[in-house]
Amino acid sequence: MLTLSHLTKRFGGRAALEDVSLSVGPGERVALLGHNGAGKSTLMKIVLGLIAHDGGTVEVLGARPGSGAARAGVAYLPESAAFHPALTGREQIAHYLRLRGLSARGAGALLERVGLSDAADRRIGTYSKGMRQRVGLAQALIGRPRLMVLDEPTSGLDPVSRRGFYAILEELAAEGTAILLSSHALTEVEARADRMAILAHGRLRAEGSLSALRQAADLPVTVELTAVNGARAAILYAVPGGELRGDRITYRCRQDDKMDLLRRLSAQTESLEDIEMHPPSLEDLYSHFSREVPQ
Amino acid sequence: MIRILSMAQTEFRISLRNRWVAVSVAMMAVFSIVLAAAGSAPSGSLGADRLSVTVASLTSLGVYLVPLVALLMSFDAIAGESERGTLPLLLTYPLSRAELLLGKLAAHLAVLALAVAAGYGLAALAIWVADARAVAGLPALWRLTWSSLVLGAVFLGAGYALSALARPPSGAAGLAIGLWLGAVVLWDLGLLAALVADNDGWFTTDVFPVALLANPADAFRLYNLAASEATAAAAGLGGAANVIPAGAALASLLLWPLAALGLALAAFRKVVP
Repeated sequence: MLTLSHLTKRFGGRAALEDVSLSVGPGERVALLGHNGAGKSTLMKIVLGLIAHDGGTVEVLGARPGSGAARAGVAYLPESAAFHPALTGREQIAHYLRLRGLSARGAGALLERVGLSDAADRRIGTYSKGMRQRVGLAQALIGRPRLMVLDEPTSGLDPVSRRGFYAILEELAAEGTAILLSSHALTEVEARADRMAILAHGRLRAEGSLSALRQAADLPVTVELTAVNGARAAILYAVPGGELRGDRITYRCRQDDKMDLLRRLSAQTESLEDIEMHPPSLEDLYSHFSREVPQ
Repeated sequence: MIRILSMAQTEFRISLRNRWVAVSVAMMAVFSIVLAAAGSAPSGSLGADRLSVTVASLTSLGVYLVPLVALLMSFDAIAGESERGTLPLLLTYPLSRAELLLGKLAAHLAVLALAVAAGYGLAALAIWVADARAVAGLPALWRLTWSSLVLGAVFLGAGYALSALARPPSGAAGLAIGLWLGAVVLWDLGLLAALVADNDGWFTTDVFPVALLANPADAFRLYNLAASEATAAAAGLGGAANVIPAGAALASLLLWPLAALGLALAAFRKVVP
């Protein structure tokens, strides 16, 4: 659906994207993560054919980005979607439907799908930011796109709308739509994307599923214990390396040593009241990969 | 075609809601009625019907108002979309930039047609009520109407070009007003000054007719005044009109919209959203 290889883009000598290779297959949801100015929006605009790239190749649905074939199958949701304030939601969506060669009558159903039926005939100028974002989502759903490019799609949405939004994405992905989305809300995409791609300073620092990234980063796993009364010292003696924090003991160990630690701890089960394990979160991985200095 | 029509329909709806339709219709109507009332008084001695006389005055009105209304509608066309943030999304749709511009042009021309029809129509009606002989001036009025739209298309195209070249919209607005002043007011003043200084030299014979033809506003005026004898007589502007054949003025007037729209498209293609 989307293949980038060795993509490079410069703005007046400064590299905005350098040697980025990434692909999104049918039914796959790929989250693009990165700080502001990391190159996420630039990458998306290149995929959409809005700006030209300087090096490497970009293939969108087997065609050149921005070509007729690519535009016909690609939907875009810009960051903080904007529309003309004088039009109603229904008129705006009807216009977009006709631009894609479809009947304007589908506008009602699309607006209903994003929960805007009640406001469909009010002017967009009266909408809240979240409602405008939902108009943006409605237009992105037009005509079963084969590739969706979503720039910060959930900014401005309340938690309930966010859940609804991801449910719609899941449906689309199940039908075979490839989805590339960027987000700042790491905890949100953690469970909702099949793969993550971490961009920093225009370079792709890491890419893969959450567990693959965890493995690559090799960040320590945290194991927290609550001991039965008076058993703390015994545990610390039997399994050294623990750290006493309040009434809990914390171990940090490498991914590979995790099972060994658990085996040793399990010998102490009579002294343990509770045991909790925290794998590195996406936040930890993200800061690990964006901080890493390229050679 | 469906895409152009949808673009035009949406744009026209926006013009209605922005009160652009109301403002331009009201402006044209008020000025035309004032002219019809004022311009019909001295007609008896000229031997022309009163409508032909008024067409001469309406030509002078159109030459100022039509470009102004066209530029006011068009300066925001691309700069506004860009500032609002609606342009990138629109350009990811299967809609070429030419189709986008043509859609906007169709909508803005429709607004202009309403304004021109309302203005000229009211003036004609007022005169016909007073003098049934005025039907003789109808061909001249019809010519004025469609040539006003051609003139409007020129300045709409020029406005789109400025809108694509100068973002933000405030910059485009400044350029649009500058273009209006230059093309409609200062050009003629400059020519007049040069004529006076030249005193029937080579400028008057060789440069002046070309300079008049080169400006779409002057070509519009020449064409309308020269095409009808009665109008020319009423305008008392036979001098310039006789040197330049109406056909040349018409050719200039018809070429300009194509040039302006070509320029607009070239400028718009350079816009990176």
